[in-house]
Amino acid sequence: MKFDDEPVPGYPLPILPGHTSPGRLERVLRSGAFAITAELEPPDSANPEDVYRRARVFDGYVDAINATDGSGANCHMSSLAVCALLTRVGYAPVMQISCRDKNRIAIQGDILGGAAMGVCNMLCLSGDGVQTGDHPQAKPVFDLDCMSLLEIGRGMRDEHRFQSGRKVTFAPRVFLGAAANPFVQPFDWRAQRLAKKVAAGAQFIQTQYCYDIPRLRTYMKQVEDLGLLDKVFILVGVGPMRSAKVAEWMRTNVPGVHIPDSVIKRMAGAEKPAAEGRKICTEIMQEVKEIKGVAGVHIMAYRQEDAVPEMVQNSGILQGRVPWFPGRDGPDAELHYTPAPALPAVPQAA
Amino acid sequence: MYSVRRWSVRHARGLEVFYQGFERVFVALHPLWKAIGYERLEKPVAVVEQAVKGFLFDCQMCGQCALSSTGMSCSMNCPKTLRNGPCGGVRADGHCEVKPEMRCVWVEAYAGSQRMVAGKEAIKVVQFAVDGRLKGKSSWLKVAREKNA
Repeated sequence: MKFDDEPVPGYPLPILPGHTSPGRLERVLRSGAFAITAELEPPDSANPEDVYRRARVFDGYVDAINATDGSGANCHMSSLAVCALLTRVGYAPVMQISCRDKNRIAIQGDILGGAAMGVCNMLCLSGDGVQTGDHPQAKPVFDLDCMSLLEIGRGMRDEHRFQSGRKVTFAPRVFLGAAANPFVQPFDWRAQRLAKKVAAGAQFIQTQYCYDIPRLRTYMKQVEDLGLLDKVFILVGVGPMRSAKVAEWMRTNVPGVHIPDSVIKRMAGAEKPAAEGRKICTEIMQEVKEIKGVAGVHIMAYRQEDAVPEMVQNSGILQGRVPWFPGRDGPDAELHYTPAPALPAVPQAA
Repeated sequence: MYSVRRWSVRHARGLEVFYQGFERVFVALHPLWKAIGYERLEKPVAVVEQAVKGFLFDCQMCGQCALSSTGMSCSMNCPKTLRNGPCGGVRADGHCEVKPEMRCVWVEAYAGSQRMVAGKEAIKVVQFAVDGRLKGKSSWLKVAREKNA
């Protein structure tokens, strides 16, 4: 998909009416296309090339790249820094913000800083507990939770103010996201909790790994019944498993991952388990695309990022569309940059 | 105490009725609290509140009690102190990701809220970020002060 107002890499797109960000992800989703996001494994290094190398793997297959924020409570390059590197060359990152490591002062500073560097999508997360990671001795912060983080982000964007009420002179123009896990207890309440996130400001959702299609269908039906489908874009989390053993380990040790026995059995019976894992992932992508209300997939191919292009290709979910990547439109891509439109007046407090 | 905390969730409806009555009386006594002075009352009332709610709910004295909105399960016992519902890490048996021996306080909260009347709807409302300045202070006095403001 090529926009006719395509800017030079690193420059924002004009914000269309009804949009809140100058970003590609919001453009793709609001255009009705089936969007693809993928998670980039942040490097344990200070070398920017490690980030670019990992991003290039996705070229032409994903619309936005998630930069995780100490996922699994493990230490890596920060999400803000990964995003800053990615925006320099025009990629559309999703900056993940976890409430585990920073208080509201630091987080609000990061929202402004990220937006200033061209980050258009922010994913508001509570975060994994520190006990799961490589620094279990760390102090968990959790000054905010994902819900209050969403409200604060929306307040900064729409009302031009910090949580304190102090004015923000140029608002962060961001597309706000949140996570959802339809696959764990309390099942009856999960859709209701999504409604709460939408009320708090979530515009898109990236779910936990989906290996249980019937469960997802039930959840999506509940979401539809709550009237949420036209208020939020839901991207279903998917990912390939390497072997039955890894799958078994994941469901036992990774919080919130639910893998039905039938899937484990299929993996165990396969001659080439890794290929079977990718096949299962591909099939799940095709299946979720057909479910009403699913706006895209979020691929978390942990340590199998190289397999993402092949899986996307085989699934056919892009339907011939080529997401933007640096150089897609040739080195002489026409310069279409228009300065950001003036912001609406700051609403006066009643 | 964990077992008492779980008893409280099982009896969320009764506790809801009791608290509504208690709150009405406590708020109505505003002139008395004012005469004694809210500042002077802060410490003794907080001690009583901590004793009662500590016994019943393992109350952590956040000073901005939301028990009526959380199915009588104190959300400050969540290791992530989530105020708006369970995280995505709840175990298949409904226990906590961080403390596997404890039931998720939000799984409990949902069960409790379903037994309540006002609490059934209240749990759907977004709770705002905790105000760290109120820690250790009395929620009862805060309610009395605010409802009479």
